Amino acid sequence: MSDSLDAYLILSGILFAIGSFGFLARRNAISMLMSIELMLNAVNLAIVAFAAFSPATDAQAQGSVIALMVMAVAAAEATVGLAIVIAIYRNKKTPLVDEYDAMSR
Amino acid sequence: MLAKLVPILIALVIMGAVLSVAALMLIVLGQDWDDALLWILSAVMLGSGLLVVTMRDIIRCGLAMIVCFLALAGIYVLMGAPLLGAAQVIVYIGAISVLILFAIMLTQTKDAPSRLVFQTQAVPAAIAAVVVAILIALAVVATDWGELTERVRLATDRMSEVLFEQFVFPFEIVSVLLLAAVIGGVFLAKREPGGPP
Repeated sequence: MSDSLDAYLILSGILFAIGSFGFLARRNAISMLMSIELMLNAVNLAIVAFAAFSPATDAQAQGSVIALMVMAVAAAEATVGLAIVIAIYRNKKTPLVDEYDAMSR
Repeated sequence: MLAKLVPILIALVIMGAVLSVAALMLIVLGQDWDDALLWILSAVMLGSGLLVVTMRDIIRCGLAMIVCFLALAGIYVLMGAPLLGAAQVIVYIGAISVLILFAIMLTQTKDAPSRLVFQTQAVPAAIAAVVVAILIALAVVATDWGELTERVRLATDRMSEVLFEQFVFPFEIVSVLLLAAVIGGVFLAKREPGGPP
């Protein structure tokens, strides 16, 4: 199993699906951000799996570098996202996204 | 006292079950260590990922997320990318998880965790997630990945060469992006002097 690309890709797909469920279903804004992190990790796993099974000479190094870039972007996204959640929380006094309805009033 | 021990006992039982299943596979089915390790790490990763999106207490969700990232780091090492596993531990567990845990502590209200964990659209969301998983699995199985079966193992120095020769422009862009994120985060989360506390 550990020498087939399909196993890693299906693993990545299941993790992505779990993350998308959490993003769509959770009420807490920070839970939604955590689900986004899960999805980014799933994509990273797929990138590294493709790189590890590629016959090209530099493929694994390139895949690792791309995954590192994704990690950096994820860190930036988490910083800004959490800052936005904290800023909203200061106004609305709740972390639940279905109570952020200021634009529908 | 006993009630506090119950989750720990459940976790221990689950871990024991996973380990024993893996040992059984190793002995009975005659699979090698890589397969057994991949099974254990996959089970831990998917189980803790499910806990992240379903548990009621959000602090525990954050801790389960750390377990999930740790298992994924193990999978990276298993796939022959140890530096990436180290980066996963440093960046995700060391930085992002701590950031998320601090944000949880800053934003949760004093009373007990919210009774309603999911939004009203939880059932359509579950259906959508299952459909996404099935679509990905179908695409993976139906596609012939061709000659992508030959494993290539390269050392850390090769990766650093690639990073600083081929990818030096994205590297610089990422550094600027991180600077912008730091400034934006400080600006957004900063408390105004006259504003609400």
